[in-house]
Amino acid sequence: MSDKKPISSVNDFVVRFANVNGSGSASANEMFARAILRHGVPVSPRNIFPSNIQGLPTWYEVRVTEAGHLGARGGVDMMVAMNPQTWDKDVAGIEPGGYLFYDSTKPMPSTKFRDDITVIGVPLTAITNSTYTDPRQRQLFKNIIYLGSLSALLDMDPKLIEQLIGEQYKGKEKLLSSNVHALHLGRDWALQNLKCPIGLRVKKSDKVGDRIFIEGNSAAALGAVYGGATVCAWYPITPSSSVAEAFTAHCKKYRHDPETGKAKYAIVQGEDELASIGIVIGASWNGARAFTATSGPGISLMTEFIGLSYFAEIPAVIMNIQRAGPSTGMPTRTQQCDIIACAYASHGDTKHVLLFPEDPAEAFEFAAAAFDLAERLQTTIFLMLDLDIGMNHRLCRPLKWDDARQYDRGKIMTAEMLEEGRDFGRYLDVDGDGIPYRTYPGTHPTKGSYFTRGTSRDRYARYSEEGTVYADNMQRLVRKFETAQDLVPRPLQANAERPTKYGVIYFGSTSPAMDEAIGLLEARGHQLDRLRIRAFPFHSSVASFLAEHDFVYVVEQNRDSQLRQLIVNENGIDPVRLVPIVHYDGSPITARFIAKAIGDHQDHLKVTPLRKAVS
Amino acid sequence: MTYIAKPKFHHPGLKKNELGYTHRDYEGKISTLCAGCGHDSITASIIEACYELSIEPHRVAKISGIGCSSKTPDYFLGNSHGFNSVHGRMPSVLTGANLANRDLIYLGVSGDGDSASIGFGQFAHSIRRGVNMTYIVENNGVYGLTKGQFSATADRGSKSKKGVTNTDNAIDLVAIALQLGATFVARSFSGDKSQLVPLIAAAIGHKGASFIDVISPCIAFNNHAGSTKSFDYVREHNDAVNRLDVLVGRDPIAVDYAPGTVQLVEQHDGSKIALRKIDADYDPHDRLGAQTFLAKHAAKGQIVTGLLYVDPDAEDLHEHLNTVETPLNTLEADTLCPGSAVLDKINASLR
Repeated sequence: MSDKKPISSVNDFVVRFANVNGSGSASANEMFARAILRHGVPVSPRNIFPSNIQGLPTWYEVRVTEAGHLGARGGVDMMVAMNPQTWDKDVAGIEPGGYLFYDSTKPMPSTKFRDDITVIGVPLTAITNSTYTDPRQRQLFKNIIYLGSLSALLDMDPKLIEQLIGEQYKGKEKLLSSNVHALHLGRDWALQNLKCPIGLRVKKSDKVGDRIFIEGNSAAALGAVYGGATVCAWYPITPSSSVAEAFTAHCKKYRHDPETGKAKYAIVQGEDELASIGIVIGASWNGARAFTATSGPGISLMTEFIGLSYFAEIPAVIMNIQRAGPSTGMPTRTQQCDIIACAYASHGDTKHVLLFPEDPAEAFEFAAAAFDLAERLQTTIFLMLDLDIGMNHRLCRPLKWDDARQYDRGKIMTAEMLEEGRDFGRYLDVDGDGIPYRTYPGTHPTKGSYFTRGTSRDRYARYSEEGTVYADNMQRLVRKFETAQDLVPRPLQANAERPTKYGVIYFGSTSPAMDEAIGLLEARGHQLDRLRIRAFPFHSSVASFLAEHDFVYVVEQNRDSQLRQLIVNENGIDPVRLVPIVHYDGSPITARFIAKAIGDHQDHLKVTPLRKAVS
Repeated sequence: MTYIAKPKFHHPGLKKNELGYTHRDYEGKISTLCAGCGHDSITASIIEACYELSIEPHRVAKISGIGCSSKTPDYFLGNSHGFNSVHGRMPSVLTGANLANRDLIYLGVSGDGDSASIGFGQFAHSIRRGVNMTYIVENNGVYGLTKGQFSATADRGSKSKKGVTNTDNAIDLVAIALQLGATFVARSFSGDKSQLVPLIAAAIGHKGASFIDVISPCIAFNNHAGSTKSFDYVREHNDAVNRLDVLVGRDPIAVDYAPGTVQLVEQHDGSKIALRKIDADYDPHDRLGAQTFLAKHAAKGQIVTGLLYVDPDAEDLHEHLNTVETPLNTLEADTLCPGSAVLDKINASLR
């Protein structure tokens, strides 16, 4: 019946599961992704979920990619259509030659299918209902049954899935054996009734190596544990809540005194984001390492406090797991849309340090580094993640920690230093780097106390509305921000094989799609040097990169090309030379999109002038 | 103004407390508030209470929001760290500071605009969490710094200086604090130092959320006829249920009280509160009774003052969170960081 030859591909395809939110499909789908990893084949899974707990459509997409392309690919080679609500759209989304897997218990009219795809029906409900009577069991095991059928269709090793089930239900024998039983129900039915395997196949490989599979939010939370955070205050907001929840879980494991059982941390769920950042600032003022995790609307609420942190010079770490704005926007969709809001957060002249991790491994490293930077620079440090990194499992290099590493607590004037007669001016720039010394409350009976305020004051923290005193302080803050340039993670540059006058700048979760796009662009004959920005303020190498190239594409996931605006603004360069490449529909950016957008622009630039062509 | 240096000399015979400090050691900069402001009397009472308790001044962290009242921490305890934070956000800043170092004494100073309007939420939540603090609201029913607008504690029917009648219902912060579970609740009057000083001292000794609402007339904008927060009005309508003495390191028996008139309350820090009853039926250990008593008297236009409720066995936020005794801000990598061996295990579990 197929008009198109079925797609044939080993270890390089996309499977998408269409489910109903709350049906328990998530764990079966995740097990599918993990099982492929156990074959030594990299996968990149993504949850596409609604702002809802039960009933609305949800999708789980697994890109199987032996080549290790971890960005979203676009397109679906096999649709596991388990949701009648989205059937039509799901079926329409399959690539020509692709596969449709569905529950064939109830007959479907032929108009519901397509001629150019392979339709695979398994009577999942019938199999489930003949085996289980409990409604909840029926729902949950149906998911494992389709996993079993898929394992046969895709030629997967069932032993590897059994192993995963064994790990998941360790010590729960009954659950373990019933899950294995369900797996084989589905697998055996497929083997007996269908042509297995299909054109899409998983073959054992060795491309995963020692990489780990972790969500960015969990990695960032672990970074906070390793980085010495002792106070966490937060308010639930998607997609950031799992940072605080993971921090809680990690702390319960690693931060209790073995003798007394007492907690070496304090976590408070604030009444709102204002309280959360207030608690962080109070704790940091008092010398603890503190952080909050939030998303766009939370950032908007926190801005008054962020200005206080900047002006009164109090450390704070804010993890912003970005989602699509403005306003409530698309709370469960990804974007990099708070760059400007965070870089210049709060009224008056302010600038803040932003860190842009590309994956969970960097989220861990930068989270830990954020606490050193916050205390060194005595200001707010933003860790800019997004939903794509934060809430999806991503394959990344193992997390590393140097046991010799000590925390950089910054410039602290101690009681001993005060006793020695050191001059203490809370806002006095003694080293020329714009960073003054601070004292912790309670340091010394008669020396080193000061009054912290958001109002203007002199170098010795005495209230002043003198214009020159105010300007002196504001200039020092500029010097401090310049100091930050050399403390934050530097940009990473990768040059094309041949010298080129074209460059591309990108950051954060765009990374894997960009790396893949470079290959696609090279195939089209386009050579591009790459610069991955990892922090704001921009290091001087950003200006050099701009100077070395005629045109630089700035690839980002927001409408207004916010990083480009920031580069233009901070580097004072001609905006024409910075070409915006923006993707902002809430789905993660793909290599196909980048390659097409840049490729088309390059083709346009390279049109040979008419006069030259005819001469 | 604050740029006028306060002279440091003092009478050589000035009395010293147990630590050898005089009154002057608990003072701060010269007040910039209006002459006669009720807030300055509260400042004086805080100084007096800290002197009496022989507190080391630098072991106090004084935290405030924004407004006339929030400026006052600059005028007392000059050797303490102070934090004049964001309007209405003193409670969250104080909560964070308290989590970072449980060994300091936390004094939160706020006003009625700061706590009953913009910061009503933070006031409520810091109380319900049981943060170990002394939360003082310097309550004048009016926005002073912006020249006389009504605040949320202004009584319905009271008149502004410009003659406008307030039509909104008033928030009684004491009633709210009781409802939210504050474990030390008091009300006083800035003009009654003999009542206020021991209340502040007792609140500092209390372990848990202590709340004191101090009616503090605004001499510039809310001290006229028709105001219910003026000196005259408060004096006429003040209904004190008790007076108290705070006894630190003294044998209470040595203090001469008429039998049956005094109730002793032992605090966590070992100090004792001697409550001299004025209203014989008033029981400061009965939260529900206190709420009813307050409501009944408010309906009669009376301002109930004194120690309204105390739970001497209160728990604080640190107990709820089961935090270590060592202040969190002193912990370093050796105790906080699980190390590379643990990380290797974590990595292995993620494959």
